[in-house]
Amino acid sequence: MRNIFLFIRRFSNFFFFLVLQIVALSFLFRFNKYHEAIFMGVAGEVTGRVSEKYNTVEYYFKLKRTNEALVQENVHLRSLLRQNYQGPDTTRKLIIDSIKVDSLLKVQRFRYYDAKVVNTFVTGLDNYFTIHRGSNQGIPKHTEWGVIGPQGIVGRIVSVGDNFSVVMTALHHQFKVYCMIRKGQDVQTGIVSWDGVDPRFLTLINIPKSLPVAAGDTVLTSNVSDIYPPGIVVGTVSSIVDDKSSNFYTIKIKTATNFSSIQYVYLIEDLQKEEQQKLEDPFKKSQ
Amino acid sequence: MSPLVKNIARFIFFLLVQVFVLHQVPPLHRFVTPYLYYLFILWLPFSMGRGSLMLVAFLFGLSLDYFLYTPGLHAAACVLIAYVRPFLINLLIRQEGSEMTYASPSPTSMGWAPYLTYALVMTLLHHTYLVFLEYLQVRSILYFIGKVLATTGVSMLLIIITELLFYRKERYRTNTA
Repeated sequence: MRNIFLFIRRFSNFFFFLVLQIVALSFLFRFNKYHEAIFMGVAGEVTGRVSEKYNTVEYYFKLKRTNEALVQENVHLRSLLRQNYQGPDTTRKLIIDSIKVDSLLKVQRFRYYDAKVVNTFVTGLDNYFTIHRGSNQGIPKHTEWGVIGPQGIVGRIVSVGDNFSVVMTALHHQFKVYCMIRKGQDVQTGIVSWDGVDPRFLTLINIPKSLPVAAGDTVLTSNVSDIYPPGIVVGTVSSIVDDKSSNFYTIKIKTATNFSSIQYVYLIEDLQKEEQQKLEDPFKKSQ
Repeated sequence: MSPLVKNIARFIFFLLVQVFVLHQVPPLHRFVTPYLYYLFILWLPFSMGRGSLMLVAFLFGLSLDYFLYTPGLHAAACVLIAYVRPFLINLLIRQEGSEMTYASPSPTSMGWAPYLTYALVMTLLHHTYLVFLEYLQVRSILYFIGKVLATTGVSMLLIIITELLFYRKERYRTNTA
């Protein structure tokens, strides 16, 4: 017994080293798996406050690009207004869709919230944003809302603090989203992810070669994507790798969003997600 | 300024520079991430015990991790270099008793060649361990070697520039002081 104590005392520094390493690595692997870490809530508040102060300076230098992005979005939304579509002849008739855009919100599926981005990094292998909206401002804890910017998709919420939240961007090795390419009537769904090489490009797989894809085609979020409404821009096709041994293309996509200059994002709440999940769960378990 | 206040100021300064300057640099290449923050650990006084050295390094790394959302990644690497630091200093110290007459490692107290060797070994260790933990996710040997070497090169350049720009006047400690 005495020898054991002597042994521990002799190598106390080494044991202390091992203990600290184990603590650090357990923090790391736990965060990689579940996106939650000890003290992350408290630390997130502190780092969020510091980042917010820094962002007040940074924001000034990015005003021009932010403004341009917002104006472009406004132009896009204005072009969708109904009064833009007028048939001059009576043979063409504008039919108003009978879907209920009601004030009782019974059929509304997606609800949008705005949020200010206070901290961005696109230097690493896994990239996160901090946004200035938390559970005190209406985001429930443990949600996975989708996040989009003025130009296209950005990521999803992974951690919610009191006043700040953490967004996993599309530039993350765990991020995946179902996307589609539409060619007339032909729609094909694939999966978009990031290979960790260049923050300007994403990778789209599982698009069958029957679809005549060309560079410049727009890639949109699919109807089956779990957190985004269908039809949100992901990016445009940049180059196509034609793998002869496969029936599917591997496509490089130029992201629509400029991740390093984005200042405002929209959070998307899916109001009917719970119902959908409840219906799907028994079938997922039986598989 | 007392050494304690000086080191607390350095702690905050290196953290902010790493997070808000070096990590805001647009990515030049996927192999290159400019790191300088661990210079804080290289500059800690000779007189600190190994246990307290590791504890400070752990807290320092963890504070950076909470800014970058990688809890534990930099902390693990910092603890490793803090553990190795005393061995290395004993090997590289220029003359007998230099750690007694000078307060902390610097080109003046150790000489340029031993100091740069010290910085290079620490940098290599730090980056190898850091990239190794990342490598567990990527699994490409080219990525591993390329990233360690490129990041070490950039870090060494930053360290040399910092040493030349911010000349630290190392007081020669005497018994009368």
